[in-house]
This record gives sequence, structure tokens and C-alpha cells, in this order.
Amino acid sequence: MKVGVYICHCGVNIANMVDIPKVVEAISGQTNVAVCKEYQYMCSDPGQNMIRKDIEDMGLDRVVVAACSPRMHEPTFRATVADAGMNPYCFEMANIREQCSWVHEDKEEATQKAIDLVKSSVARASLLEPLQSTEIPVTHSALVIGGGIAGIQAALDIANSGFKTYLVEKEPSIGGRMAQFDKTFPTLDCAACILTPKMVDVARHPNIDLLTYSEVEHIDGSIGNFHVQIKKKPRYVDPDLCTGCGLCAEACRLKGRISSEFDMGIGKRGAIYVPFPQAVPLLYTIDPENCLLLKHGKCGKSPKCEDICDPGAIRFDQEEEHIDIDVGAIVVATGYNEFSPVVKEEYGYGKFKNVMTGLELERIFSPSGPTGGNPIINGTEPKNIVFISCVGSRDKRIGNPYCSRVCCMYIAKQAHLLKEKIPDANITVMYTDMRAFGKGYEEFYERVQKEGIRYRRGNAAEVYEEDDLLFVRAEDTLLGEPYELPADLVVLGTGLVPSPDADSIGQMLHLSRSADKFFLEAHPKLRPVDTVIDGVFLAGAAQGPKDIPDSVAQASGAASHVVNLLVKEKIHAEPIIAEINEDACVGCKTCIVLCPYEAPLYDDEKKVVTINRAVCKGCGSCAAACPSGSIKMNHFKNEQIVAQILEVI
Amino acid sequence: MTEEFKPKIVGFLCNWCCYAGADMAGTSRMKYPSNIRIIRVMCSSRINTEMIIKAFQTGADAVFIGGCHFGDCHYVDGNYRTKKRIDVLKRLLSHMGIEQERLRLEWVSAAEGEKFSKTMAEFTDTITSLGPSPLREIKEEAI
Repeated sequence: MKVGVYICHCGVNIANMVDIPKVVEAISGQTNVAVCKEYQYMCSDPGQNMIRKDIEDMGLDRVVVAACSPRMHEPTFRATVADAGMNPYCFEMANIREQCSWVHEDKEEATQKAIDLVKSSVARASLLEPLQSTEIPVTHSALVIGGGIAGIQAALDIANSGFKTYLVEKEPSIGGRMAQFDKTFPTLDCAACILTPKMVDVARHPNIDLLTYSEVEHIDGSIGNFHVQIKKKPRYVDPDLCTGCGLCAEACRLKGRISSEFDMGIGKRGAIYVPFPQAVPLLYTIDPENCLLLKHGKCGKSPKCEDICDPGAIRFDQEEEHIDIDVGAIVVATGYNEFSPVVKEEYGYGKFKNVMTGLELERIFSPSGPTGGNPIINGTEPKNIVFISCVGSRDKRIGNPYCSRVCCMYIAKQAHLLKEKIPDANITVMYTDMRAFGKGYEEFYERVQKEGIRYRRGNAAEVYEEDDLLFVRAEDTLLGEPYELPADLVVLGTGLVPSPDADSIGQMLHLSRSADKFFLEAHPKLRPVDTVIDGVFLAGAAQGPKDIPDSVAQASGAASHVVNLLVKEKIHAEPIIAEINEDACVGCKTCIVLCPYEAPLYDDEKKVVTINRAVCKGCGSCAAACPSGSIKMNHFKNEQIVAQILEVI
Repeated sequence: MTEEFKPKIVGFLCNWCCYAGADMAGTSRMKYPSNIRIIRVMCSSRINTEMIIKAFQTGADAVFIGGCHFGDCHYVDGNYRTKKRIDVLKRLLSHMGIEQERLRLEWVSAAEGEKFSKTMAEFTDTITSLGPSPLREIKEEAI
């Protein structure tokens, strides 16, 4: 056994807090250590070459690098040693940067800790066994969850690269939040004009299988081979016969009596509906919660929709379908919800009818919205308008300390649009800090100020009503004095929170969440579209609040990672999995109960358990529990861990 | 005069949450006492009772196990197994004359660098005031 040990200075990152010559001195001469060297940057080319050369010249069969976290550079050095012909699983890393030099303040203590950690790594390395990775074939198709702008972009990019793509959307139409917007900041492009062509592209794309009004029910498998079950909810309309003419919606007995989710409850629809006129696919859907026939079994003498539909597309007997698909990669683009300001009682949302949210006002602006684009709030045109920023953002009291990134700009856009539609309106924005960080944003903010929109720094304290008139009380923190403004419209600059669907999708895929509850990327700087689950990528606001250009950029990034994977015929699977010694196994099935992946299988003939290598993820839960000790957890064997314990104490 | 007592703590951290949280404490330069020696495992459920007892027998003053929050386990429910195992083992430790406080289980996410750093400071304090592990004293007497 010849172990080569390399201690990295990481510039001054490690060397400033750890006495590296002292570590080298302590390690040289330890059992099995053939050589111990130090170098400024082990991850650099000269550093890696030093290791390769020593393997070749000295015949090292184990290598330990003491440097940063193995989560950072273990793959780098595994490749290095493999280059020189050593088995990559005989490589071990000691984390003396993130878990030593960066967190301790006493050089002597940090040095002792580094010595202990390297000794422990040497002991472990001496017991490591060469492992062979297995090859797994890749299914050349992808699943995109969520049909907002991020999901649409990702699906189009993957499909354009020639791969079959399934796009699943829970609502009857794709389009997501962007479809609800009137104009986009700062260019004032009409959202529908730039979005709907993309929606049509999705529907027409030969490589995209669009599954709307559908939900992901179950996912198993792993990178390259995910098995997904999708529930297609019944629309009660035959998609092959519906022409999207809309006569059914006109005829529905409940027409104009049900709150439209798409119009944020301001507009009304019938029991059979399309969420908005440009919906894709343009198929009508019957809402079973409200439809008289589906809910009560009776709709007058006969259902009017069925009577009027010439092609005979209405199908009250349609049942939900379950579709099984196999994909090699998954993009999660579940988007966001608007923060519900009900908990901010001081702003009176839900209590005063002229207090509304940003997304609600967006529907008022929309030419296809409930007021046809006219700025009519509850029957009148508002003259005194107050915007309140940071509602549900940067607010520790309600548990949302993060900035939602889009509110400052959508407030500026909405203020501009209101001023355009109502030139004599008094518009005041009560803001915390102005965050106009994007391309053209600061310029737009300046333009809006010049149009006569008043910006007053300091957030609003309270909205109250007196003699049917609303008043907003605030403090101007620049003048240092409190003030009050009358208002016939108060718009809350509501922030972004993760979509509630993130819960179930996150659990199905075992994704981590950051403190703000959005999905956690694999690395905050360098792997912003990856997740820690191989083969699963993030796009759009599912990962954190984002505006449209950022969502689109991230979606294209996620799609390129998917394509990188799908172009491969085969991928290499980690051999760090459990193995069973069938001679020792007594067939007690303890492991079968513990394993969440059904990797251990009971062999009725041999009366022992075997492990399905394809599905074992290598957690080692079974190995820890096996009463007969017949399960060996590769790379984390009992003796390997115990050897580390003995060295660190 | 006796030397100042510096507890020896062995930490078993799962790769996906707590180990990443400890890395996050590092990248954020959140300082904590240097007593802990971290051993990385893929899942906290990999740690069996023998390993923990071995650590105490060898002279550890405390053992720290770090996993993912419930619902966040990279392996679905490994952390539930850990919780069960540690709860039972704590009771066993009392029988062995080892204070239960010397074995600590915490859920630390990959984003909770601050929690990791604070937990380390607090745990080190607790063990410092408890003094050396009774097993360590027995071991030293034997020598």
C-alpha cells in the first residue's frame, strides 16, 4: 500500500490559518504514507500533474488531497488519478478549508484539526477498495414540469435539439403568470404579443407532447431513466372534436357567475370555459366543482353546452387518465404564486374593496381582462392612487426576508400605465428601497418619475377607511415625518412565493429547498440550474423570484444541460451502492422494510435478499441496520468509517 | 494545575444537508470552536450504534450526528431511521453511564451554515461544562 498525500495551500485560504509544513511533518512517515507534499493550488494543472507524475513514478495506489470540500473538487481529483491509471474510488479528500481554515481562529488548533483530518483520510484511504462504475443507457426524452414562460422556453429548446419532450401543465392552458400580464417592464412590450407565438410553437412542435390539465403523480428512477406517472384530469370535452368556438361557454347556465382564477377573481366565467381567449390548447374545459350536471346530476332539462355543441364534443362520462412515460431528464419549472396579503392586516386587503394586489391590477389593464383594459376599479376611475412596495418581501415578521426582485419594476410599470390611462391621477409610490437592477430598469424608473409619479421613501404603516374614503398612513423617511394620503385605489406590491405544487414535486424528486422555500440549486454561483439530484434541473421562479428575461435565460440553461445528458448513449453510474453477502444473509428482510427504493429483493428460492444495482442510491441505511452484518456499503464500509473514528480521537 | 479541558467531538454528517451546511458555514466564514472532527457519510442513517459507541470507547467526549430536515432527506426517509436509532441509543447511553447530552442529533440544511456554526458553539459549550466523558476517565485510569 502506497498512499500519496497532498496538502493544498489554496493560496492563503488554508495556509493563513493552518501551519502546512507542520501538517506535512506530522503526516510524513505515517503508516502507508509513501509521500507527503504541499502545493499552492492542488486543483491547478501543475498541482494535478504532480499527483499524476507521482502515481506513475512511485506506483501510488491511494491518493489523499487535503484541500477544499470534496463536494467541490472530489470529481476533479478522481478524474486526475484515473488519468494516471489509478482507480478513482481509491482517492480520498480531507476538507481542511470549508470545515477548518475558514471557520477557526486559532492557528494552533486549526493545524491540529487539519492533522487529525488528514490522518483520518489516510486511514480511510488505506482501506478503500477499487470500484467499477456501471454503464446505464439513457432514455432520449425529457419531462418539463410547468408550462409558464420558463417551462415553455425549456421545452422548446430541448425539442429543437431533436429530443422528445413532455410538457406537463396543471391548468387547462399553458402560459403561466406571464399570460396574465398586460405589458412587460421596462420595454412595455405587450406580454401576450411576445408570449402567445411561443405557446403556439409548443403546441405545433413535432417533438413536444403537450399535456395540459395534467399533474405529475409519481416519479421514480434516476438520471437517464426516470419513470413518471401523469394524471390527465378529465376536461369533459373531447379534444379531437372541440373546435374552440366558444358557443358552449355562451350557452352555459352559469355564464358570468363563477370567479375566474385567471382574472384573479375579478372577472367571471361559466362552468365550461377557457381561461383566456388565446389559450393553448384552445379547448374548453368543464369545471366539475361548479358544473350543475357534474355536481348535482341535473342541469335544466338538458345541459345547454351539450345541446349547442354541433361537433358533439361534450363528454360528461370522460374519466381521468393515467399516462406512464419514461424520460432521461426532468426540468422543474413550477413557478411562483403571488404572496397573499391577507396576513398583512394593516393594509386592509380583503376588507376594503379598493385595496388590490399587483397581479389583480394586471388583469384590470389587460384588454381581454374583466374591464376590457379600462382602469375601472369597482365601477369608478380612481384619481388618487397609492402603491405600497415590499408587501410580503423583505419582511422578517411574516418569514419572507428575501427581496422578490420584480415588484419595484412592476410598480413602476403599473404607475406608468395608470398615468397614461388617467393623466390627471395623483400617483404616489411608497417604497422601501428602489431596486432597478436590470438592463434598462434604472432608465425606466427615471422616466416614470419624470412623468409625475411621486416616489416617497418609507413604507406604509396602515390603510384605514373614513367616510367611505381610504387613507394611507406612512412615514417619509427622507423628510423624517409622518404623512397621510387619501386614496381611491391602493395597490399592494405583493412579492413572490413558491408555487404550492413545489411541495409535492419536491418530495417526489427529493429536491432540497433553500431557507426561502424556493428550490435549492446545486451551487449558488456555478451550478444555478442544476439540483443535487442528477438529471433534474431548475428553470424560472421555482428556484427563486425572477423576472421574465432571467427566467428565459435560466430555462435555456436548464435545457442545454438536459441536452448535454440526452446526447449521450450511456452514462456512468456510481458504484457506491450496497452489496449483500448472500452466504451470510439470513433473509430477515429488515433491509426491505427500510429501503425507500425497493432495491433489496427477496429471492424466494435462495431465501436471501439480493440488491437491484440499478435502483440502489447508496444511502447505507440497510447496511447500518442489517442484524447479520451481511450488507456491505461500498466506499462507506464499517471498517472504513471506524478507521476514521480511531484517527480523529 | 490541570490543563484546560478541550472536548473531543466526533461528527457524522450526511453529505447532502448537514455536511453541505458545514461547508456553507465555511464559505460564509462563520467561526465556531475547532473541537469537532467531521466524518462524511452519504446519509445519517448509515451510522449504526456500534460506530457511535466505538467513538465513546475510543475517548470521544461527545458525538454529533447531522442530517437533513424531515421531508428533505436525499434518500426520502433515512433521517427518520436515524431519529429512531439515536432515540434508542440515548437511553442505552444512560445505562452505560454516559450523559445523554453527549450524543446530539440535529437537522441542518445545506443552506443553514449559520445554524451549523451556532450549534457547534453551543454543543462545545455544553460538553465543556459537562467535563470529560466518564468512559475517557475509565480508559485513562486503565492506562
